[in-house]
Amino acid sequence: MSNRRPYVRSMDGWWKRDAYFVSYMVREVTALFVAAYAVVLLVGLVRLGQGEAAFNHWLQYLKNGWMLAFHLVVLAVFCYHTWSWFKIMPKTMPIMFVGGKRVQPGTITGTGLAASVIACLAVLFIVRGMSQ
Amino acid sequence: MADTEKIIEIQVLRYRPEQDKEPVLQSYKVPFTDDMSVLQGLQYIKDFLDGTVSFRWSCRMAICGSCGMMIDGKPKLSCKTFLREYYPQGLRVEALAHIPIERDLVVSVEDFVTKLESIKPYIIPKEPRTLEQGEYLQTPQQRDMYEQFSSCINCMLCYAACPQYGLNPKFTGPGVLALLHRYNADSRDGGQEERLNSLGHTDEGYWGCTAVAYCSEVCPKGVDPANAINQNKMNSAINFFTRFVTPGGAGK
Repeated sequence: MSNRRPYVRSMDGWWKRDAYFVSYMVREVTALFVAAYAVVLLVGLVRLGQGEAAFNHWLQYLKNGWMLAFHLVVLAVFCYHTWSWFKIMPKTMPIMFVGGKRVQPGTITGTGLAASVIACLAVLFIVRGMSQ
Repeated sequence: MADTEKIIEIQVLRYRPEQDKEPVLQSYKVPFTDDMSVLQGLQYIKDFLDGTVSFRWSCRMAICGSCGMMIDGKPKLSCKTFLREYYPQGLRVEALAHIPIERDLVVSVEDFVTKLESIKPYIIPKEPRTLEQGEYLQTPQQRDMYEQFSSCINCMLCYAACPQYGLNPKFTGPGVLALLHRYNADSRDGGQEERLNSLGHTDEGYWGCTAVAYCSEVCPKGVDPANAINQNKMNSAINFFTRFVTPGGAGK
């Protein structure tokens, strides 16, 4: 008869066990902020559909102290979200060669970050141009 | 001339199924020199302090994949980790996380081996060739598509680094999925469909991975299982949607 009695350890609180897991959980949590901001924009869209007065009321609401603070927090979280997104991007790409040399993970992350910065600036300039 | 002898405290997570209800820490004071690995520290314990401590080892040079354990909470090969890095504070060694403990530092490899066998970890030739036809040719670039994934030594450190495996042991896990990709990515291989249809496109396959990517961090051989898994998700998603519109596809 076998005397085996394999012991299975609990996974309770697993993400607190290692700093790597904590940073993973932070990355995942940033998605909730992205969702929350999507709700804010959706409300804006609904208000736009209700007419100019409603939309202006919504714009005015965004200017109160709490909403400005919320925007600052969301901006910081979005920056981390973007960085963590492109940091993991090389893991999702097939092995690629350019000019016979393997594309390094740092190049993929850097290209992604550069593209997002350019996209943000482009949107900023377009919106500024339209509002003037 | 021998180094001045120093003493380091090694805490070992003991589990003796015949007497322990659950694992308990036991402390040993081990004299060591700067060139001694954690494995050598354990061997000192077994030879001179306590013959009942159990652990696996073989090659002592990071190629057999036997001596993986949690060292101060990190999955490492004990032959490749030095005691001096933990001096003077001491260290704690435990059986690899997420895998059932058989005894002390020895974990059960059954699940890993069963999964490894299930993915057909060998080349299934695209076309049968006779000896007269010669070998299967491959360019260096075709070799580069799978070579790093073939460096796996089955040490299971990546399983101890994967919370998704810990939470759901049905998930095939990083090491075996990296080997699945290793064969699928080989230009000489024609067994992709066989391997993927049974496993790849399910939660037990690629989709059980949430890109924690700690597996790639702890791999002692630079295999990068997180890349092997996640680069397949795009194709897997395309397969998921196209099989409904391909004649006979959904039945597969």
